[in-house]
Amino acid sequence: MADHGIAPRMARGLLLAGACLVMASPFLWMGLTSLMGQLEVFSGGSMLPRVPRWSNYPEALTAQPFARYFLNSLVFATAVAAGQVATSATAGYAFARIDFPGRNGLFMLFLSTMMVPAVVVLIPRFLVIDALDWIDTYQGLISTELVSVWGIFLMRQYFRTVPRELEDAARVDGAGHLRIFWSVGLPLAKPAVATLALFAFVDAWKNLLWPLLVTRSMEMRVVEVGIAAFHSTYEINWPYQMAAGVAAVLPIALLFLFTQRYFVRGIQLEGIR
Amino acid sequence: MSPGEVGLRTAGQGVVLRGVEKRFGDVVAVQPMDLEVRPGELMVLVGPSGCGKSTLLRLIAGLETPTSGEVWIGERRVDEVEPGARDVAMVFQSYALYPHMTVARNLGFGLRVRGTPRPELERRVAETAAALELGDLLERKPGQLSGGQRQRVALGRAMVRDPGVFLFDEPLSNLDAELRLRTRDEIAALHRRLGTTMVFVTHDQVEALSLGQRVAVMDRGRLQQVGTPDEIYRRPHNLFVAGFVGSPPINRMPLSRDGGGRLAGGPFALAGPPGPDRATLAVRPEDIAVAGPGEADGDASGGEADSSAVWGSGDGSGSIRAGDFRSTVLRVEMLGSEQLVHLDGPGDAAWVARASPALRVAPGDRVSVSVAWERSHLFGADGRREEGVPRPAGRQVS
Repeated sequence: MADHGIAPRMARGLLLAGACLVMASPFLWMGLTSLMGQLEVFSGGSMLPRVPRWSNYPEALTAQPFARYFLNSLVFATAVAAGQVATSATAGYAFARIDFPGRNGLFMLFLSTMMVPAVVVLIPRFLVIDALDWIDTYQGLISTELVSVWGIFLMRQYFRTVPRELEDAARVDGAGHLRIFWSVGLPLAKPAVATLALFAFVDAWKNLLWPLLVTRSMEMRVVEVGIAAFHSTYEINWPYQMAAGVAAVLPIALLFLFTQRYFVRGIQLEGIR
Repeated sequence: MSPGEVGLRTAGQGVVLRGVEKRFGDVVAVQPMDLEVRPGELMVLVGPSGCGKSTLLRLIAGLETPTSGEVWIGERRVDEVEPGARDVAMVFQSYALYPHMTVARNLGFGLRVRGTPRPELERRVAETAAALELGDLLERKPGQLSGGQRQRVALGRAMVRDPGVFLFDEPLSNLDAELRLRTRDEIAALHRRLGTTMVFVTHDQVEALSLGQRVAVMDRGRLQQVGTPDEIYRRPHNLFVAGFVGSPPINRMPLSRDGGGRLAGGPFALAGPPGPDRATLAVRPEDIAVAGPGEADGDASGGEADSSAVWGSGDGSGSIRAGDFRSTVLRVEMLGSEQLVHLDGPGDAAWVARASPALRVAPGDRVSVSVAWERSHLFGADGRREEGVPRPAGRQVS
């Protein structure tokens, strides 16, 4: 089954190039549209802008307080990532390494919540936040996003791969669970922590529905909500929306360049998301 | 190395197990047993894999809790005490070094956990590192060390804490043959210098006999025999111990009671003890002697062999009587200082004799074989040793 011949390699290359084009085309389209005029978008001629309108970018990003939105997105995504790492690592360690009554049953219960579509719990979450009077606040935005069952699963699986003899050695050395978790388990789980933090950050960054629901004022809006706001009842400013979209994607694209291997690792575990 | 210069205490603590049993669900890993390791003693637990020896060690360490029974270390009952509070240190088979910490931090981890003041911690780590010649490696991570170096770090991590009892869980099994021998000697030297109690688990009977002051042989969760290496080798309590200890393994011949009340099997008819109807005769390879065809009186086809046999490790007392049976040589393994002669007999068995390299035999030769009866063993149908020396009650012709 050796496929070292020219023809199979070319076929494979063409297939991959085609797949890349399919994946990249929305981004290309977004980039090209962001440089067009408002009417040009609908002119139906070329996909390329006649004259690139770079001014769309400063105009779009000042049409609304995007600096504030970016700050909010950064606070939101960072807090969610940090929170999910903290809760997932501790819970994952407990599920992997501490024997307590009902451990497996509880873990299955946790896992079963992954079968519930996120939209179904949107209203209950909103009601809770509303009851706490946390609408339009950071705590309202962040608190219900702090626990990720996927993250707990990921960390549990990772902690199970840490050799038990290391833990035994630490116990004989006099360490308790907390010390073992902190000094032995967590440092060894760095790749899993990085993967989890990255995915949590990106997921929060591109989250539209929840921030849209719990924020009201301009001061609390995140970037995604700001982009959506170009899309009003009577008007859709496509070039502005696309320019803001490009600006929102850039930080994530940069992050990806530096953390590619963690993304790949996460995608390998993606089957259970 | 010179661990004695580390200034560690030189008194060990005794370990006593009373009626200790360990079950995992329905599986009995350790049958109820009593065992005493004396203060300052090096005790080796040996047995085939799955015999419960590692579980027993983990019970002493506190990594497992006994299903029933008591574990005592020194004057303290510890079966409910956390491992870290038992005054034991353990060296694991995989060494279990913390891969993300440097050698220095690995050595100091146990002291750090215990809140040892920094100057003292640094002093003890430095002393241990010097004793084990790890001084140049302190800033390296375990991944950058060779197998032997990792082994020393694991040993150092145990030593630095100056425990009352050292526990070793097959610490040599990942080393190559040469390093294994050297490390074995080093552990023996460490024990001589520290005088600390050590419990050493291995599946290697040679390691057990060479290292242990006393050896505990285990099989299927049961303690089979506890004794000095000499007792274990020369007076095995049962057929399992006889077969497990010694290489090549002890030669066996099943016997059953014949009409004349003798225990007979193959060419043998023994005036055995009155008890069992079935028994097993067991003879170590060095306790049988082979007389080469040239040395035997007469050719292979006839007559009694009355030879000036070349004895194995015979003590020259004349106790080995020539010509107990005749057999054909299947194969000869020349090992330099000795040779192993594989025989097609007695009877349906295939015995191995340990012989002097001077013996001239070749495959196919008919040889005369003698048994050192006073060093042979007889085990009853239940595998237990029958006291008394088996005596031939008359020879059958093979």
